[in-house]
Amino acid sequence: MEDEKRIGVYICHCGLNIAGTVDVEELAQYAAALPNVVVSRDYRYLCSDPGQDLLKNDIKELGLNRVVVASCSPRMHEHTFRKACQAAGLNPYLYEHANIREHCSWVHADKEQATQKAKDLLRAAVQRVHYHEPLEVREVPVNPNTLVVGAGIAGIEAALKIANGGHKVYLVEKEASIGGHMIQLDTTFPTLDCSECIMTPKMSEVGHHPNIELLAYSEVEEVSGSVGNFKVKVRKKARYVDEDKCIGCGICEQKCPWKVPSEFEVGLGKRGAVYIPFAQAIPNIATIDKDHCVYIQSEGKKCGACIKFCDAGAIDFEQRDQIVELEAGAIILATGYDVFDPSQIPQYGYRKYDNVITALEFERMTCASGPTSGTIRLKDGKTPRSAAIIHCVGSRDKNYCEYCSRICCMYALKHAHHLKEKTNADVYGLYIDMRCTGDGYEEFYKRVSEEGVIFIKGKVANVTDRAITEEEKGKLVVIAEDTLLGKMMRIPVDMVILCPAMIPRSDATDVARKFSITQKATGFFLERHAKLEPQATAVDGIFIAGCCQFPKDIPDSVSHGRAAAAAALELIDKGSVTTEAAISCVDETLCHGCGICEEICEFQAPRVVLKDGKRVSTVNEALCKGCGVCAVACPSGAMSIKHFTRDEIATMIEALTAVENG
Amino acid sequence: MNNSEPKIVAFCCNWCSYAGADLAGTSRMQYPANLRIIRVMCSGRVNPVFVLKALRVGADGVLVLGCHPGDCHYLTGNYRTRRRLSITMKFMEYMGIEPERIQVSWCSASEGSRFAEVVTEVTADLKRISPNRLFND
Repeated sequence: MEDEKRIGVYICHCGLNIAGTVDVEELAQYAAALPNVVVSRDYRYLCSDPGQDLLKNDIKELGLNRVVVASCSPRMHEHTFRKACQAAGLNPYLYEHANIREHCSWVHADKEQATQKAKDLLRAAVQRVHYHEPLEVREVPVNPNTLVVGAGIAGIEAALKIANGGHKVYLVEKEASIGGHMIQLDTTFPTLDCSECIMTPKMSEVGHHPNIELLAYSEVEEVSGSVGNFKVKVRKKARYVDEDKCIGCGICEQKCPWKVPSEFEVGLGKRGAVYIPFAQAIPNIATIDKDHCVYIQSEGKKCGACIKFCDAGAIDFEQRDQIVELEAGAIILATGYDVFDPSQIPQYGYRKYDNVITALEFERMTCASGPTSGTIRLKDGKTPRSAAIIHCVGSRDKNYCEYCSRICCMYALKHAHHLKEKTNADVYGLYIDMRCTGDGYEEFYKRVSEEGVIFIKGKVANVTDRAITEEEKGKLVVIAEDTLLGKMMRIPVDMVILCPAMIPRSDATDVARKFSITQKATGFFLERHAKLEPQATAVDGIFIAGCCQFPKDIPDSVSHGRAAAAAALELIDKGSVTTEAAISCVDETLCHGCGICEEICEFQAPRVVLKDGKRVSTVNEALCKGCGVCAVACPSGAMSIKHFTRDEIATMIEALTAVENG
Repeated sequence: MNNSEPKIVAFCCNWCSYAGADLAGTSRMQYPANLRIIRVMCSGRVNPVFVLKALRVGADGVLVLGCHPGDCHYLTGNYRTRRRLSITMKFMEYMGIEPERIQVSWCSASEGSRFAEVVTEVTADLKRISPNRLFND
């Protein structure tokens, strides 16, 4: 039999964040009069060391066996105060938290109402804490392998850091080669480093690293388990090429008579139905695109050129998708971004006029290894004598994406520089605001301005080929208001480059659901804390890196990838994680063994077994995640969920609806 | 319209709607002070009996907020809630109790403004109907 409940109540002022709206002293007096409350204090900052010492000392000196803190959200500091209780020898589950900041003082201006609400919330917490039971957490070992999904620059950085630290990494990439968007770029702003030159050594390192198992042309199918012990099924898509035999000579692609637009060249060049995406591809293995391969489409009746010409005998049309099962302690998602399709904004004429192109298409055009060998040219082969670069195509636009894509101003400046350098064309940059906020970025803007690029502050209304003057004939006319001059402009140019928004991957929702993480309103993945945990998600052990969180430039993606790697390494080096203690449990005297809990559980935690000749449910503690769905479904009331028992919830309901008597 | 201030009990799941309520706070969005939140790990923990109990002991309305359908942290908990509570609501209607008294909605962790809007709407709905005396017998 447990001793009498001795409850300590602590109310945080949080400076004026709480105390500015809630009468904290009145609240402390109110709590002092609640049953079994031994001590009730208010303090400026409870999360500070002296604040935590208050409750630690009281636990020891006053013999408290329950603690309630009313402060910010439990998502912020529940952990802090549980740890303080534990340090003073109290089981951390004998602690309860009332949220009187995010749910009260910050959302209500009326002092009287806010104080009343705080009293209600605190009373509910005090009543609930009576029912808390001490719970024990278990330590389980962490699998030292990490799964990294997506092998663009962020994923590659994360994988290399972990692998260099001596731990195994499974790197899954859905495309035929790793490299992501960065390997498609010509140069990188503001230093104008060659993107390939800095990216290929990284890619090559990944390809040869003894600690990295690369699963290219593969996609994650299914994820189960939890932090420290995830189980993952990966679909390795059939390349129809034997990876061990293919030497990447490229003869098959040369001989393949079927050509389709190359994804890597953003449609500017062609590739074969069997292809290696680009010269430096890792792995350097050919892939057969089954939708365009005539041999596959004709079920082996036609073509077969690649089989004939492959000296290595690597072509294998019998190959099928394989499911690879992996185990990992941590997962890093670095799935990147898609580029907004500017044809959604018809007035900009993309896909209507030949010489309206996207920035990524221009990138391939200026790249020495691209389809034009770095020559900037119009569709008819001529060199442009004038060009307009339109910023914010889909970004900062209520109709499409409200956010700023962050990198477009800078690459627009880079493109302007290359246009000047290679063609000496007249270049117009049409921007809403010029955002050059990184190291050396503003200086680069100045440099490009001095090179003679003409900047016009105004959002483009229209791109048309309808000439109204002799000068405009045969040109594309960009119509925009120069907001600094307050005057409409018609700018005739040969080429228009659009800077489209960076948007979440088209399959971001599927990926988020597969990994049980959350998306923001924009569709990008939601971080655990926007400021302090930008690499973590709400799910322990699953981290995010790069542009899947929000548009980033290369240095930010690299830093983010490394931050995610550090988080994974922290987990691996610690070696163990504590499992959730607030999980389901069965009262065997009430259980009839009907098996409804077994049917309803998504995680196969409850199992009906025969015990002393009676069918009863038992819960596998390692599998239970503590959602409580089974407790509601159980018809006999045998299933319960620790820390969220029906008594605990019922007493809160009573406390929150009680007629206030004081 | 009655002049009393309705008492509303809300159940919020830890992962989406409770975090959404936190974000509304962090962003200092103002909404009526009638709502009191009980945190559960998943909206699937919300037994319809809890909802009925709240109405029986004096709440004027109950709001259950979960992750958006398809986004449940526990995969399908919110689907269970949706089914259980739609049956409960039909049953309530059959008993002559205003359907506004039980409301189920979805709110993600990034939807602070949505949380504030839902609370404002639910409070206004409950102000339109008379205080809950149905369980006074």
